[in-house]
Amino acid sequence: MADIELVPNKNFPARKDHPELVGELTTLNLGPTHPATHGIFQNILQMDGEKIVSGEQTIGYIHRAFEKIAERRPFYQITTLTDRMNYCSSPINNFGWHMTVEKLLGIEVPKRAQYIRVILMELARISDHLICNGILGVDSGAYSGFLYLMEKREEIYEIYEEICGARLTTNMGRIGGMERDFSNEALRKIREMLKTLPPVLKEFENLFNRNRIFMDRTINVGPISAERALSYGFTGPNLRAAGVDYDVRVMNPYSSYEDFDFIIPVGQSGDTYDRFMVRNEEMWQSMRIIEQAMNNLPEGPFFADAPEYYLPPKQEVYRSMEALIYHFKIVMGEIDAPVGEVYHSVEGGNGELGFYLISDGGRTPYRLHFRRPSFIYYQAFPEMCKGTTLSDAILIMSSLNVIAGELDA
Amino acid sequence: MLSNQEVAEELVKKFGDDVYDFEEPYGLLTLTTTREQIIPILEYLFHHDRFKINFLTDITGIHYPDSPGQEFAVVYHIHSLTQNFRVRIKVFLAEADIHIPTATPLYASANWMERETYDFFGIIFDGHPDLRRILNIEEMDYFPMRKQYPMEDATRQDKTDALFGR
Repeated sequence: MADIELVPNKNFPARKDHPELVGELTTLNLGPTHPATHGIFQNILQMDGEKIVSGEQTIGYIHRAFEKIAERRPFYQITTLTDRMNYCSSPINNFGWHMTVEKLLGIEVPKRAQYIRVILMELARISDHLICNGILGVDSGAYSGFLYLMEKREEIYEIYEEICGARLTTNMGRIGGMERDFSNEALRKIREMLKTLPPVLKEFENLFNRNRIFMDRTINVGPISAERALSYGFTGPNLRAAGVDYDVRVMNPYSSYEDFDFIIPVGQSGDTYDRFMVRNEEMWQSMRIIEQAMNNLPEGPFFADAPEYYLPPKQEVYRSMEALIYHFKIVMGEIDAPVGEVYHSVEGGNGELGFYLISDGGRTPYRLHFRRPSFIYYQAFPEMCKGTTLSDAILIMSSLNVIAGELDA
Repeated sequence: MLSNQEVAEELVKKFGDDVYDFEEPYGLLTLTTTREQIIPILEYLFHHDRFKINFLTDITGIHYPDSPGQEFAVVYHIHSLTQNFRVRIKVFLAEADIHIPTATPLYASANWMERETYDFFGIIFDGHPDLRRILNIEEMDYFPMRKQYPMEDATRQDKTDALFGR
């Protein structure tokens, strides 16, 4: 607080006429249901005029005790909990969880399933970034870009729908692979997506990247140094905007990410503009990955041979004894997992999404902890918006892409 | 590339008997230490010339009600971004004396992670600047992730484990 100068400001006539009010702070509640929070969480800001002196967050408004619930559920039922964390990119959460269980069980997933997962995870990343950048535009007063992007997000959701029947909370894939192969319609939609997204994204970038007003609003707003960002546990686009090229997809490749050629965009100053630009570039890179995966999509099975976890085909259940038994055991959750302790992380929309799973040999996890990137980096928000104005704080929050579901779990 | 062996040897050389129970589940170096040594170890690995394990991935807790004297574990996942090397450090605590020093001076991100661990398990991080509940309401008078609090309503008869062959 000491480093912020509190002086009479000629822009605030009331304070000019009443010098005794100088230095008196106003408490402002930003949230819990403020349109700019894009979710339910509260920021209590201490304001001096329009300057933010300090801030404090209250979170937990949609805490649903997922870690506790998970201790009662068989592994396949936990997928639906992961959907509801970062609901802007649920397939990444789903596959992250499946990969964690596969790591525990030692299941090797066929190449085709891995590529299908990569395609879907990158689509999810695109839809996550589309929302974040579109909303950042809305919060800075530019609505039209958002409308262009929303149309494309809708098309991505139609692809999800084609693959798993759901749109937002997808519950996609199974332990051991995918529940079904890509249909021709899904393949057609993804190819079409690859054709129609670039012009839209290009137009969006034309609207924003060199837009004087947007640049003035975002450059040098809420900068964070690489050192502070690392100390605050930043990961994902927010860390990369500060200049650290940490990406789980490259550093600890999972699901065949090592097969693809793509670059990690990094920023320099870690400000709002850099975060925006990093996300934009990541969408182009995601499209490159999808294109490569579509062109080299291997033939073969789309699920692993893991009868104790992967539901047998329905026709088999009617005909064969083993399939019926496994079907029953899986649905009732009667399979005991091996004893083990595993940490697996994937690159989520917002950064390193980690699953720390401890199995004591029972049918449910003994303990499951989610490392949720939003929860960890959102604590930097007061430091980042200290000394800025309220309108800038909105942009900083928006560019951090805090998802309430992931924040609270 | 660092090997688990190399880091483990270096830690044993420096901390002797205070680091024990070395394991490698799924290739991740896991070790146990005492609560007196946890902050020195984190600092040592943070400032080490070669290891540079200076990124705190996660702090969480585990409850083992059946092991007397070691009812709670606090688990630290740390990561070296330059060497791409992860370490998992565990500290076991007794329920009667559930205190552990805070890691906030070293890592700013430890703040909320420790608050969450306190909120769920009641583990008290000594020296923490603001140890309050974070996800649950402040008026809550129990720590919900402890194993003695079952998920479902204990009075219900229709959901006993016996009916599900458990």
